[in-house]
Amino acid sequence: MVIKLALPKGRLLRKTASLLQKAGWKLDEYHSEMGFYRPRSGKYPDVLIRVFQEKDIPIQIALGNYDIGICGLDWIEELRVKYPTSELVKVLDLRYGRGSLYMAAASPAFRTNGNGLVRIASEYPNLAESFALKQRLDRFSVVSLWGAAEVYPPENADMVLLPAENADKLAEYSMVPIQRQLDYSAFLIANQESMESKKLMQIIDSISSNLPEAPVKTPSEDIVRERSALRISSGKTTAKDKVHLALPDGHQQKPTVEFLRKAGIRVKDYPSATGNRRPEIAIDGVSVKVIRPQDMPLQVANGNFDLAITGQDWLNEHLGQFPSSPVREIISLGFSRVRLVAVVHRDLSVDDAGGLSRYVSKNGEPLRVASEYVNLADCYARENHLGHYLVIPTWGATEAFLPDDADLLIENTQTGGTIARHNLKIIDTLFVSTACLIGNTAVEPDSRRGKIIKEIINRMKKAAGDA
Amino acid sequence: MKVQRSKGMRDLLPADMELFRLVENISRECCVKWGYKEVKTPIIEYLYLFTSAGTLTPGMLGKVYSFLDWDGWSGERVVLRPDGTIPVARLYTENMEAGSPARLFYSANIFMFEEEGEKARERWQLGAELIGAASTTADVELVALAMDIIGKLGLQNVELRLSHAGLIKTILETLGLDAGEQSRLFDRILEGDEEALNELDGDSKDYQEMLLPLLNLKGKSSKYLRQQRDDLVKNRTDMAPYIDDFLATIDMLDTLGYKYNVDIASGAGFEYYTGTIFQFYYGEEKIGGGGRYDALISAMGGGDVPAGGFALYLYRVMKLVGSELLPVPEKESVLIRLQPDDTSIATAVFQLAGSLREAGYIAEIDLADRATGGFRWVIELNKDISEYKVRDVKSKKAVDVATPAAVLKILEGNGGD
Repeated sequence: MVIKLALPKGRLLRKTASLLQKAGWKLDEYHSEMGFYRPRSGKYPDVLIRVFQEKDIPIQIALGNYDIGICGLDWIEELRVKYPTSELVKVLDLRYGRGSLYMAAASPAFRTNGNGLVRIASEYPNLAESFALKQRLDRFSVVSLWGAAEVYPPENADMVLLPAENADKLAEYSMVPIQRQLDYSAFLIANQESMESKKLMQIIDSISSNLPEAPVKTPSEDIVRERSALRISSGKTTAKDKVHLALPDGHQQKPTVEFLRKAGIRVKDYPSATGNRRPEIAIDGVSVKVIRPQDMPLQVANGNFDLAITGQDWLNEHLGQFPSSPVREIISLGFSRVRLVAVVHRDLSVDDAGGLSRYVSKNGEPLRVASEYVNLADCYARENHLGHYLVIPTWGATEAFLPDDADLLIENTQTGGTIARHNLKIIDTLFVSTACLIGNTAVEPDSRRGKIIKEIINRMKKAAGDA
Repeated sequence: MKVQRSKGMRDLLPADMELFRLVENISRECCVKWGYKEVKTPIIEYLYLFTSAGTLTPGMLGKVYSFLDWDGWSGERVVLRPDGTIPVARLYTENMEAGSPARLFYSANIFMFEEEGEKARERWQLGAELIGAASTTADVELVALAMDIIGKLGLQNVELRLSHAGLIKTILETLGLDAGEQSRLFDRILEGDEEALNELDGDSKDYQEMLLPLLNLKGKSSKYLRQQRDDLVKNRTDMAPYIDDFLATIDMLDTLGYKYNVDIASGAGFEYYTGTIFQFYYGEEKIGGGGRYDALISAMGGGDVPAGGFALYLYRVMKLVGSELLPVPEKESVLIRLQPDDTSIATAVFQLAGSLREAGYIAEIDLADRATGGFRWVIELNKDISEYKVRDVKSKKAVDVATPAAVLKILEGNGGD
């Protein structure tokens, strides 16, 4: 029986690669510049290896798609806290990639927005919900984030659950720890059934006998507060007289800066070399935060931001989940153009959505759809009558899922190059997405804020029209 | 692949539904006679209704079906209701005059994740809530109503187990635990974790003098509790109101002739109880329970309104109820033959069936030449509708008549020979 191994991209890649090199695995393609996700081992040529986003690995192991994998304890616990009966077992602490998950706030006596609601934002929504339930918070909301949690408090969240090397790191974000939730490091994990049925021991041994010496663990202070010690006071924290603008981080920054320049809007320290997420803007009464474009529609919907520059793909994804959301596109900005496409493996004899629907009804097995855009994928499957299907949420690098772990991807692509390189083919285009300015329809147009918003929109409209 | 129902959920087939309705109808009839009015609450409620301190234990909250609603962009979640009482208290708080007395009952399904495949994740319960009354009489009324229903359902030897949430809390306070440990321990006891109390420091004086005697109050030891009262209260005066409350309930139950067992450490699963807790056992199986929850409505912003209630677990009770209680239909079943391709007489068949139903019969039109089992009468029409052949399945006699009115006469026993 083929043994299937899932290795992480991202922060654990370098140390995982060096561990496997030390163990003599002789991996061909597993390094930081990698654009391919199918390494082979010279030592274990029969082991099927795939590379995933770290976040995706626990679910792949729990589902039994992979027998064994490496990822951080934080993502393992994020899965296990919600799905305690999963088939996932922890095999070995690999002792690198250390950090802690902190529940943190802008001040020890953090304030809520007046109705007793404690707003928690996190990339770890399951652990955050579990924290809130254990703390017996009367009323809370958990906003799931793609990243940049550190910039949300105090205006846009009362608490955030976020990873940090230590409590000092939180101070750099001007935050104080409320509770250290979890100390994590990289773990070797396995599927329960695979442990019993497959010969995983040779792999486990090869890794465990080459583990680095455990570094001396510096005792970090324990901050565990009882519920009674959680000082929650009530009051307004979001400056309601200001206009709040969200600008994107990541690769959308460059074209955004160019566009803002054309609109005559100067933003100081954006993009920031030091990771500053609160740049200054040269318009009175406006404050700016830099967050993930994926998170923007929801943040505009719940009133945290009035305007945001994101992609139409993420706006549509949001509207797919919340059809009555007050968020609307105000201006299509034309840059950061991508196509949202439906992708299958080249060997699948299906050329369009109709063919896919026929394939599903003939095949008998549920169709596995993998996507970062869960709601767009769901909508696509519904509208094209794909019968019994399931949507596997991913955090990127979705190409690695075909053909073994998914049958269909809903992906974005600029040139189609990556898709072709993975032996995949595009069978349908959902829509073309460009950057756009989004806003909240609930804002009063005649208020002072409404006027500033109008002014910004006018400037951007002009710049977009010139483009 | 054949389609399947979602894991942990249950289908109720016709035979199940007969028992389901039987239990529901008997309970409903009892409740109505005691002056209770029926209500229904939605399956979906806001999660925060259940997270407010003092409503559900964290163990139960960890198993709720919570999700974001269509307009859930604020991040606030909704749940499939995990409990029947809290929504009814919410309904009272939201819709009824604060403090006004209300006797309410309901039949509702509740949802709670269960790990083991065999356990049901959807359960039905029948509950009654007595809101606005705090007296011993109110507690006893709830016990008596529950026992009335159990009796009418024909269940013999159901054990009534009594405990008191106020007493449990006071005991925990005497152990010198901090607030967090206390509430965690209380949660564990309520969740039925019998190990919880065994882990305590068994040597301390408080444990020996206070806890042990109370915990040993198992079986018919109300007399013992009465004897111990003064000793217990001497050490802990704050225990007096709870013991006295508990004893008053017990006294009244004695007077009314109800049999019960006292078991202080028995868990009830809900954190909102403040006073007497009662549970109903059929053998080892718990078939229902309830208690006093005086702080719940005030926690919802509904003012200081005392209340109590109970619920019976419908799936468990259904299994125990004898089918001899099933009502016998007053009128017999009639099968009217109609060949599927014979459209010429279809109208007449429908008209005949209609008039038989009007007269109270169950009239089924046979579309597939089915067997006559379960039917008392079978009727066939000839082609020109001039003749109705009425066959008595029981006596195997057949009579031909000319009109639907004449058919009815035969069925009523007035036209045959």
